[in-house]
Amino acid sequence: MQSVNQYFLNIYIAIKSVLIGMSITFRHLFTKSVTVQYPRERLPIPGTSRNLLLNKIEDCIGCDQCVRVCPVNCITMDTIKVFPEDDLGLASDGSKKRLWLPRFDIDMAKCCYCGLCTYPCPTECLIMTDEYEYATYERNDLVFKFTDLDPIQIAELKEKDHIRSMEKEKKKLETAKQAAAKPGKNGGKSGEGT
Amino acid sequence: MIQAEYYNIFVKIIDQLAVLDFLPPVWKFILASVIAALVFFHVIAIFALVAIWVERKVAGHIQDRLGPMETGWHGVLQTLADAIKLLIKEDIIAGGIDRRLFVLAPVIVFMTALAVFVVFPVGENFIVSDLNIGILYIVAISTLVVPGIIMAGWSSNNKWSLFGAMRSAAQIVSYEVPVGLAIVCAVMAAGSLSMQTIVESQAGGFWNWFIFSKFPFGFIAFFIYFVASLAEINRTPFDLPEAESEIVAGYMTEYSGMRWSFFFLAEYGNMLAVGAIATTLFLGGWQTPISLLSFIPGPVWFTAKTMFLVFVHIWLRWTLPRLRVDQLMYMCWKVLTPFAFVSIFGIGLWMTF
Ligand code: SF4
Ligand code: SF4
Repeated sequence: MQSVNQYFLNIYIAIKSVLIGMSITFRHLFTKSVTVQYPRERLPIPGTSRNLLLNKIEDCIGCDQCVRVCPVNCITMDTIKVFPEDDLGLASDGSKKRLWLPRFDIDMAKCCYCGLCTYPCPTECLIMTDEYEYATYERNDLVFKFTDLDPIQIAELKEKDHIRSMEKEKKKLETAKQAAAKPGKNGGKSGEGT
Repeated sequence: MIQAEYYNIFVKIIDQLAVLDFLPPVWKFILASVIAALVFFHVIAIFALVAIWVERKVAGHIQDRLGPMETGWHGVLQTLADAIKLLIKEDIIAGGIDRRLFVLAPVIVFMTALAVFVVFPVGENFIVSDLNIGILYIVAISTLVVPGIIMAGWSSNNKWSLFGAMRSAAQIVSYEVPVGLAIVCAVMAAGSLSMQTIVESQAGGFWNWFIFSKFPFGFIAFFIYFVASLAEINRTPFDLPEAESEIVAGYMTEYSGMRWSFFFLAEYGNMLAVGAIATTLFLGGWQTPISLLSFIPGPVWFTAKTMFLVFVHIWLRWTLPRLRVDQLMYMCWKVLTPFAFVSIFGIGLWMTF
């Protein structure tokens, strides 16, 4: 008898729960949907979100801190020391810019968005923007180049830098030669050392 | 060879066209059949176009989403875009499959879905062929889908396909029983197997529909038919044969492009078909619910009732989770079948006294 009751009870519960479920779904049919029609509507993103990096290159003093802190080495920077005749001016926080930056590349394909590079920046020129739509067809297009020098300038600077280093080298050689021309001093030193 | 003993609207129209008088009657009959087949193919295709969109919209809104929104006004053209995509897709036939059966299977499945449309009494004068064994014809034809599905599953040479086909065959064959018994209830109440006669015997207001007039037996029979027919056309919550989370897509796993879309069309055709059968047997077919509304033509009522049932299909699909195989069989043999017998018995007594 009990199992017969159970049988009818089961049927009753099954039908009842289906009806309850259907009333719930019917109510949801007319509630406002939560969809955001993305490309046309967007949710505001929080101010602390970490997205595309931006380097305001005119403020960058080339201090190399961001490059060293990046855990995945996605920032590549080349620097050339200023020549005596150059004046690069001041960064916005007042520190003097002593380096040309022919290259400041951030490979966003490698970036893990940890944001560590933005903290040490002394002039606060490396920041996270709220831009998050930069998918590309080529992986190389994800390397963002921030230098404000054009290729000709870069070539000239490199040439100049090369000449400067050659001259330095020459000077070194000359001083070395002069040093070698005084054998007494040098030989005596080495003799003392051993 | 061709007798006019059953009413065929297409043959009648062709007969009346004087231009075609030079044709021998056999050719006229063939022409009428081809036209009827084309008409119902397009009915299914257009219904599927609309129903898929409606289903996706309803699914979306039930889940508090929007559903398709981009193609056309609120995504109305979405299914059309999908259909075009399917048409231009590569027709992949994997290696190691039984090519002939593989190609034939969707044709058989779709054919059975199409063939049942012949006997639907859409309106008072609108029925392709008022067979005197109409409902028996439907039961007979719709079981032909089982060989089609088994062919699809077997020829695909794929485990998922075979599992899906086995499940589907088991499910359809067992649910034939409650479906058949529920149909018998309506047939007993009407005293005829002809679809048109069944509809006519429910004339005169909605309280004469079998769902209400033989309360509660008619209602139980309707309920059993509705649930069992859901299982027979593999709709959720009985969609074990194509359960995505278990067996990929069941017997359709290896199909792509147009062949796959024929299965899909057949699924929606079947939805329309079981909706139409339930309407005919229990909801008074093209009869108006109250005589006040009799200015609205019969086909409109028939379509409206069928569409309502299709909507309930969709609604149920997005409400209920999938059943387990043992639950499925429990429900068929231990719940629906006994209750169908009870309602047959009840209607039998009712008709006797
Ligand atoms: S966010 Fe992190 S990973 Fe990305 S560049 Fe900065 S330090 Fe490197
Ligand atoms: S830490 Fe800031 S200032 Fe220093 S190199 Fe990086 S971006 Fe430039």
